[in-house]
Amino acid sequence: MKYSYFPGCSLKGLGRAYEESLLPVMAHLGVEVQELPDWNCCGATAYMSVDEGRASVLAARNLAIAQRMGLSVMAPCSACYLVLNKTQHNLAEYPAMRQTVDRALGAVNLTLKGEVPVRHPLDVLTNDIGLEAIRQKVTHPLRLMGEVTEKAADGTLVRRTGVRPLKVVPYYGCQIVRPYATFDDKNDPTTMDRLIEALGAEVVTDYRLKTKCCGGSLTGTVPDAGLRLVYILLKEALKHGADCIVTVCPLCQYNLDAFHAQIASRYEPVRIPTVYFSQLMGLAFGLPARELGLHRGVVPMPALAGPEAVAAAQPAVA
Amino acid sequence: MSAKQEEIRIGFYVCHCGHNIGKTVNCPEVAKFVATLPHVVHSVDYKYMCSDPGQELIRLDIQQHKLNRVVVASCSPLLHEHTFRGACAAAGLNPYYFQMVNIREHDSWVHADNPVEATEKAKALAQAAVERVAQHKALEVKRVPIHQDVLIVGGGIAGIHAALTIANSFENTPDSGKPPRKVYLVEREPSIGGHMAKFDKTFPTLDCAACILTPKMSEVGAHENIELMTYSEVAKMDGYVGNYTVTVRHKPRYIIADLCTGCQDCISHCVVQPEKSPKLMAANEFNEGLDKRRPVYIPFPQATPQIVLIDPMVCLNFRKGVLTDKCKKSCVTACGEKKAIDFTQKETTEELKVGTIIVATGFKAFDSRRKPEYGYGVYPNVYTALEVERLVNASGPTGGHVVLRDGRTKPKTIGIIHCVGSRDERTHKWCSRVCCMYSLKLAHLLHEHTGAEMYNFYIDIRTPGKGYEEFYGKLLEEGVNFIRGRVGEVTDWAMTPEEEGKLVIRVEDTLAGMVRRIPVDMVVLATGLEPQADAQEVRRIFNMSCGTEGFFLERHPKLAPVNTFTDGIFIAGACQGPRDIPDTVAQAGAAAAEAMALISRGFVEQEPNTAFILDAECSGCKSCIPLCPYTAILFDEARKKAYINEALCKGCGTCVASCPSGSIVQNLFEDDQVFSEIHGVLAYD
Repeated sequence: MKYSYFPGCSLKGLGRAYEESLLPVMAHLGVEVQELPDWNCCGATAYMSVDEGRASVLAARNLAIAQRMGLSVMAPCSACYLVLNKTQHNLAEYPAMRQTVDRALGAVNLTLKGEVPVRHPLDVLTNDIGLEAIRQKVTHPLRLMGEVTEKAADGTLVRRTGVRPLKVVPYYGCQIVRPYATFDDKNDPTTMDRLIEALGAEVVTDYRLKTKCCGGSLTGTVPDAGLRLVYILLKEALKHGADCIVTVCPLCQYNLDAFHAQIASRYEPVRIPTVYFSQLMGLAFGLPARELGLHRGVVPMPALAGPEAVAAAQPAVA
Repeated sequence: MSAKQEEIRIGFYVCHCGHNIGKTVNCPEVAKFVATLPHVVHSVDYKYMCSDPGQELIRLDIQQHKLNRVVVASCSPLLHEHTFRGACAAAGLNPYYFQMVNIREHDSWVHADNPVEATEKAKALAQAAVERVAQHKALEVKRVPIHQDVLIVGGGIAGIHAALTIANSFENTPDSGKPPRKVYLVEREPSIGGHMAKFDKTFPTLDCAACILTPKMSEVGAHENIELMTYSEVAKMDGYVGNYTVTVRHKPRYIIADLCTGCQDCISHCVVQPEKSPKLMAANEFNEGLDKRRPVYIPFPQATPQIVLIDPMVCLNFRKGVLTDKCKKSCVTACGEKKAIDFTQKETTEELKVGTIIVATGFKAFDSRRKPEYGYGVYPNVYTALEVERLVNASGPTGGHVVLRDGRTKPKTIGIIHCVGSRDERTHKWCSRVCCMYSLKLAHLLHEHTGAEMYNFYIDIRTPGKGYEEFYGKLLEEGVNFIRGRVGEVTDWAMTPEEEGKLVIRVEDTLAGMVRRIPVDMVVLATGLEPQADAQEVRRIFNMSCGTEGFFLERHPKLAPVNTFTDGIFIAGACQGPRDIPDTVAQAGAAAAEAMALISRGFVEQEPNTAFILDAECSGCKSCIPLCPYTAILFDEARKKAYINEALCKGCGTCVASCPSGSIVQNLFEDDQVFSEIHGVLAYD
């Protein structure tokens, strides 16, 4: 399995923990990933709103390079993923757009014919690699030392300290399933739910905000609106008793992780770590936390129970 | 051939149709031209040929000028061929010596910008008709008797009303010497009653639905002229108007209907007890799955007929529908000497002969899960309107106490969302017509039961009906809140402490011009009406058509609203489109009247444009037989010749074109006639 990899600006900057965890995880699964040579900006949000034609030219250039390599594009950043898909959609629908793009690409001796498959890592992981293959690589199921409730021999419930699954809120954000529901349901995506389950964690299935807005750039431009959205997402995750939120998008991760101080002063403290799914995969595969970019988060992930602790706790649970 | 021996005398009439034709086509010029054609002895133009004086003209001329052929150039034959044939017949001329030319739809209307060419075209078409009519023969209209029995499919309020109307018109006297006339009412559920039986009150009068429906149900059950077939479905239909053969499939109840007295001892003695074994109970369909029923059950207290049935999917004597005979069968013991329970019962079929059929198969409520943003099936306290009908009903799952799904809590605020699956580009574009009114009714009833604060979220309030707008006014006075805007979503995440633990309805209030969040305890989805899931199958069985949305298509939206394109088959109620009870009953009455009109006439006339086989020339190749869409062609094995059942032939002409030896002839479309017509139009210059 081989894919070209389009990191976009985020995975080299603010979201570098995503790249730091995704690439080793893919390598661990035996997937060959080759970074697109000389890639450029995907043309995302701001540019797309100002000039759709020129933004599409930017996206199309990346697609043309991938086509020349003969590979499909893996785009981990939600914004990149959406813009690349949107550009292909525009090129197929609007001949005038196709003309603009062809002319621009021609000037640098590039061509783009037909469609280049644009894949999200979640799509690649669940549909190409498969959950079974992933499950087989899990050496450190995601468990925590914490309070567990058990039924004693006499039928009464007892609480004690023990090993329990990490409780995770899957948060997809808006862009990977809307408007193009390419590999999952647009209202209730579940790909990541299944993936996290395969890692041994417990998934909060009734988190209704899984595709709601993270605030986008409003956290910076209109904090009143942006921070309120983030606050609700975090508060509801805590209400469901989650240990962490897992996301697929650099902007979501940033918004959910970076504004805890402001949110605490405006509303109330709602501290909960937000990590990338690839980071959880790395942990479950037993890769060193330091190499998964976990130290970059503002709210730290709680320490997981290692295989020894899990093994030690086993007899008590059984 | 006898027609050729006498002198052919053609009369030609060209109609102005007011300005419709006259403004474009030079009618006097057409008449003048036709007068020069062979055999034409009389040719005139007239303002309105279809008027009484116009028809009188034809009658008088036939006598005066001894006409034996008539051609009228006017509108489409669909409109007035019948009229002019009648005028010919009134003057003693065989009506099939008449030919019509369409110079309105085919000429003046489509060539309004070119009067000169339009006039030329009219002349060419007229010449074609004149040459054709010279070849016409006298034909006889055949009369086929109508079977007196009627089949009604669907036992909702439409089927019930139609059945009673017709059955009451049948005066069956035992000593009249005639066989008794019957109405067969076929219903697929174990009881008749349909959706109306589930309703609590009806709008706008708020009279109890059961109180007005159940007397009619029992009347159906007891009527001597009605044969009720519940838990049965129509599998097949053959034949033609007046003579349909219908195959009905009776599903096994595992109860011998004739022996069951409806005592229900078997139900109370069933080993599956609600307290002891709740998991073995089945979802109660009649209460929309809000509570459970036993494997042996009667759908609801007033069910008609009062015959229990056994559900083999949950009965312990079966395993997933297959008889295992492993239960201790306390029901059989309870039934005792009556011996009404028969676990070995199998599906049976029965053939009925009927003359007319009324299809009243009703509607299906929109599946709320298709609007996932409203959270039905996700949040327990989101209900469909039909569920709420059962909740407020005294014989419903909670005995008429409106409580949330936890079985205890009374809702303090309730939101009703209109147009769920109606007026929606993404699901159904049509207005379901009843939802506004039933939402108002439910708002009133829910408020009455709970005292809750009520919200209605609507796009437009549509209350066209007697007393409907007044009912809306009453609701406004009762203090129900109306918020105009399509709801965006129902969710459970809270933005303020007051919203914690509530369902939040997010909506753009288009009157206030703002987005609002309304926290409520209970959400009611006013689901729209859609065609039954198997409407296409039913359509095929009865040879009907469907509109694009899937409801059965009437022959004419205004002038033949209960007729279908198949003679003798009528439609009534919501299977034709969403409608409320008064409209449904009115339509059922209309369908019944149409059926009775055919019955009391006693016969149908058949157009003589049927095909026949020239026996001497048929080689018996059978190539025509599979092509006939009406299975009207039969084969005489002894003589190795095909022959056509004229009663079944619809005159489509497929067999005529297919016959390799040219041995099939169709009346009114004989080779001489068609070729003369073609010659006429081509010879004009």
